[in-house]
Amino acid sequence: MRTPLSVRMFQSLPRTAWLALAIFAAIAWIAIPAAHLLLPESSPFHVSAYTVTLLGKILCYAVVAVAMDLIWGYAGILSLGHGVFFALGGYAFGMYLMRQIGTDGSYGVALPDFMVFLDWKALPWFWVGSDSFLWALIMVVAVPGLLAFVFGWFAFRSRIKGVYFSIITQALTYATMLLFFRNETGFGGNNGFTDFKRILGYDITSPQMRLVLFGLSAALLIAVLILGRYLVTSKFGRVLAAIRDAESRVRFIGYQPTQYKLAIWTLSAVLCALAGALYVPQVGIINPSEMSPANSIEIAVWVAVGGRGTLIGGVIGAFIVNLAKSFFTVSFPDYWLFFLGFLFIGVTLFLPDGVVGLWRKLRGKRAIEDTDTPTETPADAKGASA
Amino acid sequence: MSTALSQKLDAVSGNASGGHRVNPGELDLSHKVILYLDGISVSFDGFKALNDLSLTIDAGELRAIIGPNGAGKTTMMDVITGKTRPDSGTAFFGQSLDLTRMNEPEIAHAGIGRKFQKPTIFEQLTVFENLELAMKTDKRVWKSLFAQLASDERDRVADTLQRIRLVDEADRLAGLLSHGQKQWLEIGMLLMQEPRLLLLDEPVAGMTDEETERTAELFVSLAGKHSLVVVEHDMAFVEALGGKVTVLHEGAVLAEGDLATVQNDARVIEVYLGR
Repeated sequence: MRTPLSVRMFQSLPRTAWLALAIFAAIAWIAIPAAHLLLPESSPFHVSAYTVTLLGKILCYAVVAVAMDLIWGYAGILSLGHGVFFALGGYAFGMYLMRQIGTDGSYGVALPDFMVFLDWKALPWFWVGSDSFLWALIMVVAVPGLLAFVFGWFAFRSRIKGVYFSIITQALTYATMLLFFRNETGFGGNNGFTDFKRILGYDITSPQMRLVLFGLSAALLIAVLILGRYLVTSKFGRVLAAIRDAESRVRFIGYQPTQYKLAIWTLSAVLCALAGALYVPQVGIINPSEMSPANSIEIAVWVAVGGRGTLIGGVIGAFIVNLAKSFFTVSFPDYWLFFLGFLFIGVTLFLPDGVVGLWRKLRGKRAIEDTDTPTETPADAKGASA
Repeated sequence: MSTALSQKLDAVSGNASGGHRVNPGELDLSHKVILYLDGISVSFDGFKALNDLSLTIDAGELRAIIGPNGAGKTTMMDVITGKTRPDSGTAFFGQSLDLTRMNEPEIAHAGIGRKFQKPTIFEQLTVFENLELAMKTDKRVWKSLFAQLASDERDRVADTLQRIRLVDEADRLAGLLSHGQKQWLEIGMLLMQEPRLLLLDEPVAGMTDEETERTAELFVSLAGKHSLVVVEHDMAFVEALGGKVTVLHEGAVLAEGDLATVQNDARVIEVYLGR
C-alpha cells in the first residue's frame, strides 16, 4: 500500500534528471580522474591540478547554493549569513587538519603553530578530541547545526521575517567573523588555519587525495540534489511553499510554521557546513574572511543568477559566477566587484527567474515553479496498482 | 490516526446526555453549547474594538453576525482563533477548552476553522494540493516528511472538490482561479479540516448571485453536523441562511433574534439608518 521511501526518492526526479546526474557522476568520478592521472601534461585533454582544485571548490559552492535555494527559493527565507555555517564546517574540519600536521610545523612541536606563537602551553579545552577524524566529522555537523537551530529558534519563534531576518543573519556572520579574528578565541586569528599536511595520515597534496576530495564533493552535490528534490516534492515541501505564500493561513489550518522553518533552516546550515568541510582541505586554508558579509551575499547572487526555486539553478549560478570570478580576478582583478554588482542588477531586472527561468521561457514552458505537479502523476498511477 | 480522533470526538458528543468525563484537550459539548464568549474586551491604542462582548453559540447552530463597519466582527474572530488575546473576559470552546490560553495551530486542531475576509489560499500550489494540506491529519514536521496520500484521503479530497464544484480545476494553480472560486476553495479547505466550528468572514464577497445562492445552500446543509458563525453584509444571503442573527455595534451585542425581529428593532434601525 505504501511506496517505500527509496522508490519515492527515485520517483521524485524525472528521468532526464537521473540521466544528467549519471553523466555528471561519470565525468567527475571517471573522466576527470583519468584525464588528470593518466594523460601526459602535454595532452590537450590533460586536466591540471589547478583545474581539479578549482572545480572541486566550485562543487562545494554549488552545494551551498542548493542549500540556500532550499530556504530562499522554497521557504522564502533569505539568509545573508550562510557563509558562517560554511566557515564553521570548514573550521571544525580544519582543527583536525591542524592536528594532523603533528610535529611537522615550523616549531616542531605537537601544538599548532599559532598556539606556540601565542605562547600557549597546552591545547584549550575545545580542541579536545580534535585529533580524531570521527570527532571532527561530528563537530562539522553538530556545531553549525546547533548554532543554526538556536538562532532559528529565537528568530522564527519571534516571527522575524523578510528583510529583518536577512539583516540579522548578516549581523550573525559579521559578529562571528570578528570573534574569529581575535587571537585569543583560539582559532588562529586572522591567519586562520593553513599549511595542512595530511588527512588520515595520507599526503593532502598528492594527486590521489586531490581526486578523492574532488570526487567526494561531486558525491555530496549529487546527494544534496536528490535529497533536496525529494524534500521539495514531498508534503513537507508543499507546506514550505504554503508558508511562503500565506503563513497565517498555514497556522490557521493547524501547522506550526516555526517548526517547519526551523527544520529546513537547520538542514540548510548543516549542508553548508559539510560543503565547508570539503572545501578547506581542497583550498588549503580557512580564515575568518570566509565569514565576511560580502561572501554570504555572493551566495544569494549565485542562486539569483541560476534561478530561485529550481535547485539546479543554484548549481548553474555557482558555476557561472565562480568561473567568471576566477577569470576576472586573474585578468582584471580591479573589476570583479563591479562585474558582480552589474550581474546582480542585470539578473534582478531582466532575468527574475534566473538562467533556468530563461531556459524554460525559451522552451515555452510556464516559468512558474516546478515544485509540485510531478508528484501527483506518478503517485496517481501507482495508487491503483498498489 | 485522524479517524481515531474523530471517533473520540464523536464519543464525547454522543455522551452528551449521559454522565460525562471531561478529558483535557477534548471538546466537551455536554451543555450543547460550542462557544462561550463572556465579557470580552479588546482595545487597540485606546480604541475599544470589543467592549464587554458576551455571546454563545449552540452546537450545530448556524449563526449570522451583522453590524456596521468597525463593530468588532473581525476582532471577535481574531480572539476566537487565538490571533488576538483579549484584555479581559473568557472564551471557551465547549465546556473545557480555554481559547485564551491556546495558540492558532492548537485552536485549529481543537476544531475551529476560519475563513478570512480576503480569500487566503496558497496561490503557488494547485487546488488539489491546497485541499491536501488542509486535510485533518498529523501535521507535525516528521509526518509531513514521509506523508503519502492514502486512497481514502484521496477520496476525501475528491469529495470536497465535488462539493465546492472545482473538480475540473483540481490541477490548476490556485492563484489562477476567479475570485468566487477562491472563496469556494477556501471554504473547501475549511471542510477538509473537519472543524466542529466554522468561522466565515464575509464568505460571499465578490461572488455572483448564483454562487451566493449555492453557498447559502452549502452552509445550511453543513449546519447540524457543524456549527457555523457567518459574518456578512449581504442581507439576502443572511435571510437565505435562515438562522439566528446577532447584531454587533461598537464592540458589543446590540440585538439578537431572527432576521425579521432584528430588522424591526428600533436600536438596530437607529445604528444602520440613523445619524
